[in-house]
Amino acid sequence: MRIKFLSIVAIAALMTSCSGEKPKTEVKVEAPVKTEVKAEEKVEAKADDFMNDKGVGPVTSLELGELDTALAGKGKAAYKSNGCTACHKISKRFVGPALKGVTQRRSPEWIMNMILDPEGMVENNVAARELLAEYSAPMANQNVSEEDARAILEYFRTKN
Amino acid sequence: MKTLFKSVLALLALAVVSVGCVDNSSKKGALGNSAAEKVYVAPGEHDEFYAFVSGGFSGQLAVYGLPSGRLFKVIPVFSVDAEKAYGFNEETKPMLNTSHGFIPWDDSHHPDISQTNGELDGRYVFINGNNTPRIAKIDLTTFETTEIIEVPNSAGNHSSSFVTENTEYVVAGTRFSVPYPQRDMPINEYKGNFKGALSFISVDPADGGMDLKFQIMMPGFDYDLSHPGRGDSHGWFFFTTYNTEEAHSLLEVNASQNDKDFIAAINWKKIEEYVNNGGGTKAPANYAHNVYDEHTHTATSTMKKEVLIVNPTDVPGAIYFMPTPKSPHGCDVDPSGEYIVGSGKLAAELTIHSFSKMLKAIEDKNFDGDAYGIPILNYEATLAGSVKQPGLGPLHTEFDGKGNAYTTFFISSEVVKWKLGTWEVIDRKPTYYSVGHLMIPGGNSRKPFGKYVLAMNKITKDRYLPTGPEVTQSAQLYDITGEKMELLLDFPTIGEPHYAAGIPADIVAKNSKKFFKLEDNKHEHAVKSEAEAKVVRDGNEVHIYLTMIRSHFAPDNIEGVQVGDKVYFHVTNLEQDYDVPHGVSMIGAQTSELLIMPGQTETFMWYPKQVGVWPFYCTDFCSALHQEMQGYVRVSPKGSNVPISFTLDDDAVDSE
Repeated sequence: MRIKFLSIVAIAALMTSCSGEKPKTEVKVEAPVKTEVKAEEKVEAKADDFMNDKGVGPVTSLELGELDTALAGKGKAAYKSNGCTACHKISKRFVGPALKGVTQRRSPEWIMNMILDPEGMVENNVAARELLAEYSAPMANQNVSEEDARAILEYFRTKN
Repeated sequence: MKTLFKSVLALLALAVVSVGCVDNSSKKGALGNSAAEKVYVAPGEHDEFYAFVSGGFSGQLAVYGLPSGRLFKVIPVFSVDAEKAYGFNEETKPMLNTSHGFIPWDDSHHPDISQTNGELDGRYVFINGNNTPRIAKIDLTTFETTEIIEVPNSAGNHSSSFVTENTEYVVAGTRFSVPYPQRDMPINEYKGNFKGALSFISVDPADGGMDLKFQIMMPGFDYDLSHPGRGDSHGWFFFTTYNTEEAHSLLEVNASQNDKDFIAAINWKKIEEYVNNGGGTKAPANYAHNVYDEHTHTATSTMKKEVLIVNPTDVPGAIYFMPTPKSPHGCDVDPSGEYIVGSGKLAAELTIHSFSKMLKAIEDKNFDGDAYGIPILNYEATLAGSVKQPGLGPLHTEFDGKGNAYTTFFISSEVVKWKLGTWEVIDRKPTYYSVGHLMIPGGNSRKPFGKYVLAMNKITKDRYLPTGPEVTQSAQLYDITGEKMELLLDFPTIGEPHYAAGIPADIVAKNSKKFFKLEDNKHEHAVKSEAEAKVVRDGNEVHIYLTMIRSHFAPDNIEGVQVGDKVYFHVTNLEQDYDVPHGVSMIGAQTSELLIMPGQTETFMWYPKQVGVWPFYCTDFCSALHQEMQGYVRVSPKGSNVPISFTLDDDAVDSE
């Protein structure tokens, strides 16, 4: 755990120096340093039940029903048109994590919040910060509509 | 102790001297009168006004904030700009096309903001190219030049580009008269043979599209500056003239002979009606009309072949001359539309004409002869008054909307405040040095925002640290909220600032676009996802369809390019967030980088000349992993059997 946090701090430091050259969305990445203690508690909770980690963002509660194949079809198109494929593959690690089975690792709310507000998630959610530490590249905010994000989630449900 | 006492005394004496200085109101320092506070915009805070300041011989338009004087952007207009790839990428090259071919430079002079009902509406800025006559339109949602129209039969496009009260027209007048039609003829046969074209370019109220509606072929004078009527004088346009002598050489002497030249008053509504009823003569012409489309992210250039010419004497009652002393330069109309101020460069006083008296003189046929059939109104009959002994070398006047006018004096380097109606001088303040134009936001509209005046100087000499023989030009900001003007700030400008146009920031800022939507991108070579990225060979042409997102290109390994190929990089930025441009350039490319906004596609050319593996990279620091954003192109000898291939992470770009 300690090593991980050290690397987060290192990355945060790196990003801070970069953002000094041209401030972009990365400026918020300093947060992990400040919330170190709190973060450790949350990480343990997450390990027990990922479904309880809804992330932080516009989606606070979402009940999934039967798989909606029409919506999943829409989601497949939205996944491409919003630029997701530039960093994600379904079957393998790319710039970001492989998305196969993502709905079995993350709650529906967490997935949508990560799509809709990646900067806010990195700032305020431990799991999102851990991903940044592992993958180095912060997830880009593509200004995806909530409707598209919901459809993309449904598409992910077909990729388990 | 005694020494200490002496020192204290000395300090006290110094303090008294210092206080004495502070008390001298004309020499107050920045700290003594809170000038610094008045221009201080705290970090992260925004300015109250945008100022669009012409770049003069840079050919561009600079965007500053007021009161801070901070430079936000240089908008490329008439000159190529390697930083933004303007005139370098395939998409914007057509913007600089003219009847003389591709022209990489011009001399930009007089920005003017579009108006509705005589008030600034903040949709567009227009600006004139002086040398190869053109009018450009800058869209204030993107702060980019979106249209340029060449002005035929014109030369030294100087009495431009001013808009009418509802932006019905943007007007362009020739400074140099030229033979009409152009022909091979002796220069010394100028008189009577050269003509001065005044061009009325209509602006489509819906999409802002410009069209050269008609040209008035005036006598061969020099048409120097102009401004529209407003309020009661809406429908008229006023132009200063000099060289009514029609001299063709040594104008500084030969064009300064007449005691008075003219302000030409043009009833454009009357001429518009004449033209709409079939009046005028269609004449052959050849001029470029260049339009940049925000959806295709591409400009097209169309050569237009005809122009409608209006002969002044064919429309009786539409054009008059008002005699105005000594080669008038500035031609400025007050917010009510009643007063037309003519600044005779060589005159001892400012001349102010009255619009209502002009109408009366026309009604009474109070004429002093004519010039080429155009009636000359009696000087006394149109005169509203004059400002006596105001200074030396008057040039331009702006208005604060509170009954005051502010005029610049080039020779005596000062701004003079005077009162409309009584013509009395209220205040004068020095400028450093040789001021040309001045600008009050909205100062040439019905509704000025009379808080600041910006004076733009031609000479700065000792005002800044020296930078070799060429020193900066500058603008100076004055507070005009009190009875007396107060100098607040000097700041350097790009090129030579001629005119400027200012507007409250809140009118413009709320419409500023944040990024281009990828789904609206209609560029013919756009690729909207990495899966569509590709490399295609077509004979010796290779088209590389590249995407960019933080922080990689797709594809980033390209093989099969050969020496002697003509390689197109069509590059799309897939980002959909604010302020995430990417740049790209290729080693040895004989052009500028591309700087591509989110959702935009741009194209550059590369002619590989050497076998090897050559890199390309992102030129705009885009993210923490910007330094990783790079790729390679393998260049094989001509005729090589290495096939075209393109990959990312050693996979096909469309692998799932």
